[in-house]
Amino acid sequence: MTSADSMTVTAAEPMLPVPYRVTSRIAETRDSVTLRLEPAREPLPPFRPGQFAMLAVPAIGEAAISVSGGPASRDGALVHTVRAVGKVSRALHDAPVGTVLGARGPFGTTWDLPSAAGRDEVIVAGGVGLAPLRPVMLGVLAERGGYRRVLLVAGARTPAEFLFRGELDAWSGRADIEVELTVDQPAAGWDGPVGFVTEPLARLSLDPECTTAFLCGPDPMMRFSAQMLLRKGIPPGDIRLSLERNMQCGIGLCGHCQLGPILVCRDGPVVGYALAEPLLTIREL
Amino acid sequence: MHAVWLATVTAPGAADAVIFGREGLDRLVEVLIADDYQVIGPTVRDSAIVLDKLDSAAGLPAGWGVDTAPGRYRLRQREDAAVFANSAGPQSWKQFLHPPRRQLWSAGPDGEFRPAGPVSPRYAFLGVRGCDLAAIGILGRVLGRVAHPDGSFTRAWQGLFVVAVNCTEPGGVCFCASMGTGPAAGPGYDLALTEQIDASGHWFVAETGSEEGARLLAEIPCRPASAGEVASARTDVDAAAHRMGREMPAVDLRALIQDSMESPHWEDVANRCLTCANCTMVCPTCFCTTTEDVSDLTGEHAGRWQRWASCFEPDFSYMHGGGVRQSGASRYRQWFSHKLGTWHDQFGSSGCVGCGRCIAWCPVGIDITAEAARLAELAQQAQEERE
Amino acid sequence: MTGAARPLAAFPVFAQLPEAELELISSTARTVRFAARQRLFSEGHPAQGCWLIEDGRVALDMAVPGRGQVVLQTLGPGDVLGWSWLVPPYRWHYGATSVLPTTATELDTERLRALAEQDPRFGYTLVLTLFESVLQRLQATRARLLDLYGSPNDQR
Repeated sequence: MTSADSMTVTAAEPMLPVPYRVTSRIAETRDSVTLRLEPAREPLPPFRPGQFAMLAVPAIGEAAISVSGGPASRDGALVHTVRAVGKVSRALHDAPVGTVLGARGPFGTTWDLPSAAGRDEVIVAGGVGLAPLRPVMLGVLAERGGYRRVLLVAGARTPAEFLFRGELDAWSGRADIEVELTVDQPAAGWDGPVGFVTEPLARLSLDPECTTAFLCGPDPMMRFSAQMLLRKGIPPGDIRLSLERNMQCGIGLCGHCQLGPILVCRDGPVVGYALAEPLLTIREL
Repeated sequence: MHAVWLATVTAPGAADAVIFGREGLDRLVEVLIADDYQVIGPTVRDSAIVLDKLDSAAGLPAGWGVDTAPGRYRLRQREDAAVFANSAGPQSWKQFLHPPRRQLWSAGPDGEFRPAGPVSPRYAFLGVRGCDLAAIGILGRVLGRVAHPDGSFTRAWQGLFVVAVNCTEPGGVCFCASMGTGPAAGPGYDLALTEQIDASGHWFVAETGSEEGARLLAEIPCRPASAGEVASARTDVDAAAHRMGREMPAVDLRALIQDSMESPHWEDVANRCLTCANCTMVCPTCFCTTTEDVSDLTGEHAGRWQRWASCFEPDFSYMHGGGVRQSGASRYRQWFSHKLGTWHDQFGSSGCVGCGRCIAWCPVGIDITAEAARLAELAQQAQEERE
Repeated sequence: MTGAARPLAAFPVFAQLPEAELELISSTARTVRFAARQRLFSEGHPAQGCWLIEDGRVALDMAVPGRGQVVLQTLGPGDVLGWSWLVPPYRWHYGATSVLPTTATELDTERLRALAEQDPRFGYTLVLTLFESVLQRLQATRARLLDLYGSPNDQR
C-alpha cells in the first residue's frame, strides 16, 4: 500500500496508450458493464488489486477505471467494470466487442492483500464501489486458507443495482464466506435487508485485534462505514479506503487529483483511514 | 545545465570570475546561436518585457525598468542602458519547458497510437533571475525527477543552457529574499552574470557554473575580475536583498495552512478574488494541465493534446456531476495551500519562489504575502483566545 | 415473567448499562418467537412492547395508496424494535412484520414505564440508552436519503 508500489515505470512514454481490444461485455445493471480487454500488441505489466488503468476512447477522452478482475491472467487481459456517468465512461460502456481502446497503467497503490494474510477480512462496498473490491474477494478466494473469516457487506440503491449478482449469489451460498447484502430502497420480491450499509455492519461481531477492512464507495459512505468500524474497536491503521478524484494523466503530472497533501493517482487510490480521515472531512477539499 | 543537477557545483570564488563589457554580451548571444542554441531572453513588446527568441543581444530591453505593485505593471525609461535592471515580466521560462499546448499522440484508423514528435529546440535562456532559476528547479522536481517523468519537459530541461543574472534591481512586488531564492542566483546555471553600470562604463561580472558554461565563456573576450570588482558586485546583490518590495512572513507556512483550512479568511479572499486564473498563468511553477481529445470529421483520425489548466477553473475538480471545489473560496484555498503548504508534502519544497508575478497580475491586487500574514495573524489571535 | 434467554447485556444497545439497571429491565423481559410473515403490530394501534431481536429479520412497513405495503427498513439481530410506547400518543407509526422466523426478547413496556416514573434516575438512563439507538437509526436513514449510489445523470 506504499507509494513505492506505484513507482514501477511502466513505459518510456507513460502518456501513450497501448491498444487493447474489447473481447467481451457483461451487462451488470442498467448503467454498468464489465468489459474484458485483451492486448492488441504487447500487454501492459500485470495490474494488482486496487490499481487502475487510464482507458482511452480515441477522439472522446480517457477515464481512470479500477481493475475489477482477479489475479492477472497469463494472456494479459484486463477486466474493468464501467458505469456510464459521463462522456468517456458512456463511450466505454457502449463499446461493442471488437472495439480497440487505449490503455495505460498499472497506476496507483494496491489493496495490499498480502499484508492482511492470516486475519479476518471485512469488505464493505457501496454501489459501484464493489467493482474495485472484487479483486480483493477473488484474491482471498484464490487462497482461502490464507485468511481467517471473510465478510462482505455490500449496499446498493435497489436490488437491481447490485453488480456481479451471479457471483454474489454464489458467494452467499458458501459456508466459508459471510455475505450481507442490503438495499437503500427495496423492490417487489426483495426479502433481504433494507437499510444503509452501516446497519448490517453494525450487527457484525468483529475481532479488533485481527481484522483488516477494505472500503470502497462514495466518500460519505466510506466515512460512515469507517466510523462504524472504529466504534467496533477496529484501529484506523487496519481500515483501507479507495479514493477517487478527477484524473487526467494518472501519473502525477496534471495536478487534477490533488486531495490536500496527496495525489490520489500516486499516493492512492488506496489509502489508510488515518491519512484519509482529515482529508474527507474538510469541505470542498 | 549538463550534469549540473547531479554534480556538486563548487561555489565560484574570485578566481573564477571574469569581466566582459557590453559587447561581450553581444558576443555571448552570437556564440550561443552559432552553437545551435535557440536563445530566449527578455525583450520589450506590447508595453511589457516578455521572453522571446533573440537573434542578437540588441533585442534586450536596454534602458528599461519596471514599476510593479499589486495589480500594476508599467515600463519606465531608465537613465542608463542597463539590460537586466527590471523584475519579472508576465511570462516565465516555464512556457518553453512546459508549453501551453502540445500534442501527446495521434491515432489513425489502424488503431495505432503514435507519440507526437519532440517540439522543443535546444534552448539557451539568457537573463534567468534567482527566483526563476529556483522555479526551473522546482519544475524539475515536479515533472522530471518522478516515477513517470514528462518526456518533453525532461528533454528540454536536460538540453538547457542557462545564463542567470544576479539581481540588483528588485521590484515592488518581489520577495525572493524571504523565500530563499534570490536575489543571488542559486545553483543550476551554466553562467551567472552580475550587471554593473555607472558613469565609468557598462560591464558584467561573470561566473561559470558548469563545464559547458566555461567552454562558451572561453569564446568571449574577457579578463579576470579583481577581488574588488567581485566584492562590488556582491555588495550590489546583497543590497538588493534589503530593498525587496515585501516579504513572506517567517512562519512555518505548511503548519499554519494545515491549521487554517477552515479559517473564515478564505471567504474574505473570495469576496475579492475573481477566480480569473491569472496568477496560475503567470506563476513560474504552476504546472497543472488538462488533456483534450480531438478528431477530424471522419472520426478516423484522433489526437490528444495537453494544455495548461488552472485549479481556479470551476471544472478542474469535476467528478460525479459537479466540481468538488465549487466555491471561489475553496479554489483560492486550493491554490494558496498547495503553493505554500502541500507542495512540501508532494514535492519536498515550497512551490513559491517569491517572484511576485501573481501580485502584479492579479486584477484586484491580491497579495499572497499579505494573505499569508493575515492567516498568521488570525492563527495568533485564535491561539491567544484559547489561552 | 421468565428471564430472557440471551442476557440483556449481550445486546449492543444495553452493553454499557450498569448492573442495577440491567436487572430492572430484565425483570420485564421474556423470550418470544415469531414465525415468518407474522404481523407483530400495525400502524395506528396502541404501542405496547419493545423487542430486542436475537435472530431473524423484521420489516417495518407502511401502506401507501397505489404502492401497497412499502418496506422502509428491516431490523436484524441486535436491533431494537419499537419506541413509540415511550412517548405520546403511544401508538405505532408503522407496521412490523417478520420476514424470517424471528426470536426476540420482549420487554413489558407498561411495567418499564411504571418503573421509570417511580425511579426517574432509572428512567433517564433508560431513555438515554434508547436514544442512542434512535440516533444511529436516524443517521443511517439520513444516509439513505442522500441517495449516494444514484447516478449523477438522475434528476435530483
